[in-house]
Amino acid sequence: MTKKITGDNVFKIAAAIIAASAAAILALNAYVLITGSTLVLQKEGIGFLLGRNWNPVEGRESFGVLPYVLGTLVTSGIALLIGVPLSLGIAIFLVEMSPRSVRVPLSYLVELLAAVPSIIYGLWGLFVLRFWTQNYIETPVNKYLGWIPIFSGTPFGLDIFTAGIILSIMIIPTVASVSREVINAVPNSIREGAYSIGATKWEVIRYWVLSYGRSGIFGAIILGLGRAVGETMAVTMVIGNAIGPNAMPFSLFRPGQTLASLIANGFIESTTPIEKSAYVGAGLVLLAISIVINVAAHLLVTRVFKVKGGAVE
Amino acid sequence: MSSSYAFRKFKNNLFFVLCLLCVVIAVVPLLSILYEVIARGASQVNFKFLTANVLQGGIGPAIQGSLILIGLTSAIGIPIGILSGVYLAEFGNNKYASTLRNVNNVLTEFPSIVVGITAFTLIVVGVIGTYSPVAGALALSFILIPIVARTTEESLNLVPNSTREASLALGAHKWRTTLSVVLPSARGGLVTGTLLAVARIAGETAPLLFTILGNSYFFQGLNQPMDALPIRIFLDARQPSPELQAQAWGAALILILMVLALNIGVRLISRKRFR
Repeated sequence: MTKKITGDNVFKIAAAIIAASAAAILALNAYVLITGSTLVLQKEGIGFLLGRNWNPVEGRESFGVLPYVLGTLVTSGIALLIGVPLSLGIAIFLVEMSPRSVRVPLSYLVELLAAVPSIIYGLWGLFVLRFWTQNYIETPVNKYLGWIPIFSGTPFGLDIFTAGIILSIMIIPTVASVSREVINAVPNSIREGAYSIGATKWEVIRYWVLSYGRSGIFGAIILGLGRAVGETMAVTMVIGNAIGPNAMPFSLFRPGQTLASLIANGFIESTTPIEKSAYVGAGLVLLAISIVINVAAHLLVTRVFKVKGGAVE
Repeated sequence: MSSSYAFRKFKNNLFFVLCLLCVVIAVVPLLSILYEVIARGASQVNFKFLTANVLQGGIGPAIQGSLILIGLTSAIGIPIGILSGVYLAEFGNNKYASTLRNVNNVLTEFPSIVVGITAFTLIVVGVIGTYSPVAGALALSFILIPIVARTTEESLNLVPNSTREASLALGAHKWRTTLSVVLPSARGGLVTGTLLAVARIAGETAPLLFTILGNSYFFQGLNQPMDALPIRIFLDARQPSPELQAQAWGAALILILMVLALNIGVRLISRKRFR
């Protein structure tokens, strides 16, 4: 009898130990990033977050990540501005409007957007999208509105704006599929109640469905933000890769840099220990931003599904 | 809301058109990507392109490297991921498991470039001392494990409890029930989830930049840099030479065929689950 109980316990404990690998991976990453960046953090202190210079020349080293933090936030902001309305439109269309025969193939297509590797988005952005934004958006806008600082510069297509556009495409599958689940989880009795007092479909969605799923949709948006913040390759290939004070995102039509693209471009070629440490420090900042965003998003999304009393999952 | 009925109806129709428009706008980039990759890549692909090394104008090393990476990563990541998922689904009704679930959620959205730094520091600088396929595989398994764990948990949760109870009632132990009854019943979901996760890591690039580096020659050992399709695309696309840019499109075609074949194939097999 004792032997039988041991068999189950052994299995359970072995599985529990293996399951701890997730925690080990997180701890390992945090440990490597923190120990790797102590050198630069000791030298720069808080200036690492607030400085604009990126100078690896020996004897004059100075590292600050402010331009890249701002670059990350601005490109992700553009991605949300464009991507979120599109994603919500898609989610609403798929749940509330499309006939069943169209729904399945359309959801496949939107999910395929998530399957395309980011390097291929980057390649497409570098050779195709870049000319679209340069010729059809940036040049005309710059010609007539160039006196506004954020539209100034010489449009070249490889800049913050194009990076934002490509990110907005890449977050669509995330935001659309999570919002679709949230909208699906809104109980039908809510819709029926609204229809019964004479609301049109638009009114039902606008005043009942969307407000019922508000916090879940907000969570979906933040998940999209998390994806945009961490995205590396596609951005690296189209953002123009400015460095130092030039990378401050003052104009949409100038080259910029995000935290992720900074690391992708420079980490491998960095030579001195302090320079390497500066790139690891940028990674630590990126990780901190991304963890905060994702924890917030998951709290919001799970709250909605708990309210539903297990309607989803 | 105090507008006339006609106006409300008009708003309703306008809204329908706008939503339809959103779908169309989202599909345009997808179609454009597929079109460009096929139009610019297809002319590149021939037997020599697929088998020769980079100096002879082929992407053989990249294809070989990608397959090696996928194999190594799957060997490390899939067993660990599935067992983690089994724990979360079958014994997961406690605080420890719900903490791990949250950690998994954080990990699935991890910036992949960070994983590259970690693998670089641990393997390339630490254990092996050179760029190595092992470092690449380790970085990719950091990405693979949480995804597989999550999909495993989700598919095991779909197995009805009565199945478990039937097995337990016959006198089978919990471990026996899990391995011989629950896992086989969830086979479809497990295969689907795992293949989709593999498709996802096949296209990952950022963690490879610092770990396998890229190489013009075929596999040279576990302590040498190696090529892979995403790396080859990235390195070629940045070159000014039109031949190398064309090579990048050819490599992109092969990569996208691999990834989309996995995705579409999996969905066709498991069509019922996604309805």
